[in-house]
Amino acid sequence: MSIIRTVGLNKIYDGAAVPVHATNDVNLSIEVGEFTALVGPSGCGKTTLLNLIGGLDTPTSGEVFVENTNLSSFSGKELIDFRLKNIGFVFQAYNLIPVLSARENVEFIMHLQGTDKVERKSRVEELLLKVGLKDKMDQRPSALSGGEQQRVAVARALASKPKFVLADEPTANLDSAATKNLLDIMLKLNEDDNITFVFSTHDSRVMKRARRLVTLDDGKVISDE
Amino acid sequence: MIFSIAWKNVWRNKLRSLIIILSISLGLLGGIFYLAFANGMAQQQINTSIKTFITNIKLHNPNYLINHEIIYTIANPEEKLKIIKATDGVKASTLRLISPGMASSAITGTGIFLNGIYPKEEINVSDINTKIIKGSYFESELKNQALIGEKLANKLNIKVKSKLVVTIQNAAGDISYGAFRVVGIYKTDHSAFDQLQVFVRKKDLSKLIGVDESTVNEISVLLTHNNLTKSVKEKLKSDFADEIESEQVIVRSWDDIQPILKMLNEMTIQFSMIFVIIILVALSFGIINTMLMAIMERVREIGMLMAIGMNKLKLFLMILLETVFLSITGGVIGLSLSFIVIEITGNSGIDLSIVGEGLNSMGYSSFVYPEIDNYYYLLIGLLVVVTALFASVLPARKALKFNPAEAVRHDV
Repeated sequence: MSIIRTVGLNKIYDGAAVPVHATNDVNLSIEVGEFTALVGPSGCGKTTLLNLIGGLDTPTSGEVFVENTNLSSFSGKELIDFRLKNIGFVFQAYNLIPVLSARENVEFIMHLQGTDKVERKSRVEELLLKVGLKDKMDQRPSALSGGEQQRVAVARALASKPKFVLADEPTANLDSAATKNLLDIMLKLNEDDNITFVFSTHDSRVMKRARRLVTLDDGKVISDE
Repeated sequence: MIFSIAWKNVWRNKLRSLIIILSISLGLLGGIFYLAFANGMAQQQINTSIKTFITNIKLHNPNYLINHEIIYTIANPEEKLKIIKATDGVKASTLRLISPGMASSAITGTGIFLNGIYPKEEINVSDINTKIIKGSYFESELKNQALIGEKLANKLNIKVKSKLVVTIQNAAGDISYGAFRVVGIYKTDHSAFDQLQVFVRKKDLSKLIGVDESTVNEISVLLTHNNLTKSVKEKLKSDFADEIESEQVIVRSWDDIQPILKMLNEMTIQFSMIFVIIILVALSFGIINTMLMAIMERVREIGMLMAIGMNKLKLFLMILLETVFLSITGGVIGLSLSFIVIEITGNSGIDLSIVGEGLNSMGYSSFVYPEIDNYYYLLIGLLVVVTALFASVLPARKALKFNPAEAVRHDV
């Protein structure tokens, strides 16, 4: 079953002297449980495509469907609510809240969803156990390594029970050991819990472990393996 | 949890937050202390005036107020005095006979008011007996004793035991001369009063004017508390309604007698509050600047919050709370410091005797006891919250305008 579908997706940035086609007629379908990497050189449109799929940006033309819901049918407010309930995000720079502990960072999104305290507590512990950080739950991000912070970010992305997780260059700031560790965790979550991951990368070590590689160039999908 | 994040965010950059908290605290301390100082001066002026001579309420013949002639007296003063003394809230009351006149010495002469008093009764409504700096307060029963102010003594160049010659218009409309022996010299905080008011025994003045000893043209009433003035005044107006109706008597409170005192007091409070508000407006720019810096340092984090689904209202609330917490922390410290400083100086007083002469000439004491009602702490506390709400709008609007897709990748 297709969880994400893009139809004729175009994003043109008019700000520059020459309009830039960040995505150019992208038609893509991602199934539930896929572990998909968007690859390609810098500026090929990976991040733009992730932003469009995640509802963080609006296409110039074309449509994004999540399950059979067209994201362009939402108002700004509805889109925020949709993201909260359906999409998990992992960012290149972790983007954790520095004044909160690992536990609180993961718990925060559930708080936004209105999840009750008991469920929040048990789910936080379950997720931090899964990413191997149960013993560091009460540490603030500044006390964690880059790899550990990104694992907290993965736990946070999953805390809202999203339909899929979008990760923009999740390993770009990590060393090889932390990259391997993070990919192991993401793959295990994908295999054990059937969580759909779509992530961008230009790291060959990451590409090798992806189950599906969608290659972009100049905003176009040039291969899908 | 948003409350918790907002509070923790306040302490993210401790030095910056402490600087703005210190600014708010000191700004409030300055503003509130000024308010208390000015209010203390004004209140003292009122209290001094009430305690020394004006008293809370006075009764006169209404014509006396137009023309200070001795024929305009109060009928049945003793009966009225009984009714007044039996009224709730009245601490003491006394009868006076007052006449304008001229005081002369070998050197010069000056206009005065001769206050014919019952010395023993007078001290129940006036603290003039405590203001004696030389001589005594009608200790002996000798005739024609006078108590004069220091300013008048200096002007006439007379001392205790000197002779004071007064000229007045008697009941027949002729000029009468009288010689009084100065038995005491007083000094109040109001130099104009000290120059004008001369106290003599009522019976001596009655004799000089040529009226019966029971003649009275003023009844002064001191209350147990100044805030009873309005109610007691209304009660007395009701008690003497017939005579008021027939224009034989008029009941006036201290603020009717000296409206400028009340006006000055109100103006002092209003100007001081404007000063406090100016301080708060100035502080609000500091708060806005601090919050804008805090927001611009967290573009990526705010982008993340928007991306994961924090709606605009909650984001606005978080920034608003952060600003309010920052301001309230400064506000609580500022209000507490102000309370402590005002309590200490309010008890010990602030000695301004170095400029005492200038203050006395305006009717102010040279020893100031700062004071404000607790209501003003609450009001200023609320103003701090309003300032914080106002100061939060710009930073919050700035944050809400971030594009989450760009903000999450923003380089700090």
